[in-house]
Amino acid sequence: MPTANVETQTDLKALTQELRVDIIRMIEKAGSGHPGGSLSIIDILTVLYDKHFQHRPKEPHWPDRDRLVLSKGHACPALYALMAHHGYFDKAQLDTLRKLGSPLQGHPDRFRLPGIDVSTGSLGQGLSIAQGMAMTAKMDGKDYHTWCILGDGEMQEGQIWEALMSAPKFGLGNLTAILDFNNSQIDGPMEEIMNINPIADKIQSFNWNLIELDGHDFKQIDDAIAKAKASDVPTFLLACTVKGKAVSFMEHQNAWHGKAPTKEEADKACEEIKNG
Amino acid sequence: MAKATRASFGETIAALGDKFPEVVVCDADLGKSTQTTAFMKKYPKRYFEFGIAEHNMIGAAAGMALCGKIPVAASFAAFLITRLETIRVAVAYNKTNVKLVGTHAGIGIGDDGTSQMGLEDLGAIRSLPHFTILQPADHVETCQAVEWMLGHDGPVYIRLTRQKMADVHPEDYKFEVGKCSVLYEPSDAPEKVQATIFASGGPVPHAVQAAKDLKEKGFASRVVNAGTIMPFDVDAVVNAAKKSQRIVTVEDHNVNGGLGSAVAEVLAERGLACPLIRLGLRDFGESGTGEELYDKYGLSSPHIVEAAVRNLD
Repeated sequence: MPTANVETQTDLKALTQELRVDIIRMIEKAGSGHPGGSLSIIDILTVLYDKHFQHRPKEPHWPDRDRLVLSKGHACPALYALMAHHGYFDKAQLDTLRKLGSPLQGHPDRFRLPGIDVSTGSLGQGLSIAQGMAMTAKMDGKDYHTWCILGDGEMQEGQIWEALMSAPKFGLGNLTAILDFNNSQIDGPMEEIMNINPIADKIQSFNWNLIELDGHDFKQIDDAIAKAKASDVPTFLLACTVKGKAVSFMEHQNAWHGKAPTKEEADKACEEIKNG
Repeated sequence: MAKATRASFGETIAALGDKFPEVVVCDADLGKSTQTTAFMKKYPKRYFEFGIAEHNMIGAAAGMALCGKIPVAASFAAFLITRLETIRVAVAYNKTNVKLVGTHAGIGIGDDGTSQMGLEDLGAIRSLPHFTILQPADHVETCQAVEWMLGHDGPVYIRLTRQKMADVHPEDYKFEVGKCSVLYEPSDAPEKVQATIFASGGPVPHAVQAAKDLKEKGFASRVVNAGTIMPFDVDAVVNAAKKSQRIVTVEDHNVNGGLGSAVAEVLAERGLACPLIRLGLRDFGESGTGEELYDKYGLSSPHIVEAAVRNLD
């Protein structure tokens, strides 16, 4: 229904603006963290959680929930903002990010924060773990879907390619990998550090259901996720994104991969986001 | 009857498949060697071949464990341990119920040579929280250790031999995790025996032989088998320090990080004044028969005897 879509898009825009502000503020208060990759992935995560992800925030260990593996664990501020929005914990806790004793660790910790399905942060491991979850769902005849968020720098890890090879072998239509393809990593542009291109050709040659999309277009994200859920083979969403999306001085800047904004920078960023 | 502990493991998981319906087995193109094929034949839908990609196998095992399975992931000890980063984060840090089975431990594998010999695995995994490490000595101990492992909720590493292992325990032996078993203790022992020999894995029968040879030479000694490497049996070391003039450890592993280190840590932390001689690898191995290599690298009974009586001045 076109009307509903327009309405949803409006809501999603307001929601992602709010979540982006949360991301900036929590990293500012923490004094460290990863704004660039959090801002590039937040639109995809928001649509996923808003429209598709099967979960019960008040029952975080519900056995039939969808699984999320944030393989690029450093983008957890985006996930934390979204989890607070969905009621996993009180939003005031966002201010404790990276502080001693906080459930909001610098990288996600499943024991400290209920709702995190697996502790991550060491790049390259998530797709294997997600695959094991999807294999279990298949073995047990369960309907839950497993979603794995990957970074493009992370694609340089050999283990990713081991998992890309094996997931189609095990017939995992219940597994979707989402690549946050923002072209930037800590030490510089991805193409200069270690070029993973032509990534679409590579993924396709590994027999995945490849879907390319604009990772900031709600409609495209929504459609791609719906197609992924309907696939018989594992789906790879190649989502073109902008690192630092919606903050002019962070966009495309690898310097903002892992740096906290000052109070003044955060104020400016939030102003831009709200006016975006 | 002498049997390789990998074979005892393979038989046991196949036999326990019905008792533990959540057990699944993961392999990396070494099922014939790790002896998981019996399970594969009996439970083909619970067996997953990952090819030669151990990182992915261990990560997927962690994912399965997070969804309620009891994955048993097997390969050579040498090939599992090189995937330490995945073992560290996906298994130990996440406290996933993954059972890592490292076969072909040490120079005892013989001919295949250094690259196939797991010699550092105990040291690496002993530095990871949440792990239990088992190294059973013979068939009866392996069967029980494997059953304990499947029933335990948490990461386990079990280290197994390629070579056949003589029976050193009686048939009615009861394996207890975290406890050593005494294999040899003279009935007419003096207040302090010449040596207590701690052994684990491949060299265990050599330690028993050494005690017999020592007796021939007029020296009383004790032999203690460490079927669990972590948590280590502190009382067994304290007891040995009281009863012995020295302690000798012997293991088919680098001399650092395994059994010898575990015993040394207890002696030091308890302030126990008892000399310790650690036998183990101080270099990589090479090709040869397992027995030849045990002789060359100082793990066979004559070397244990020498360590038990050598002048310490």
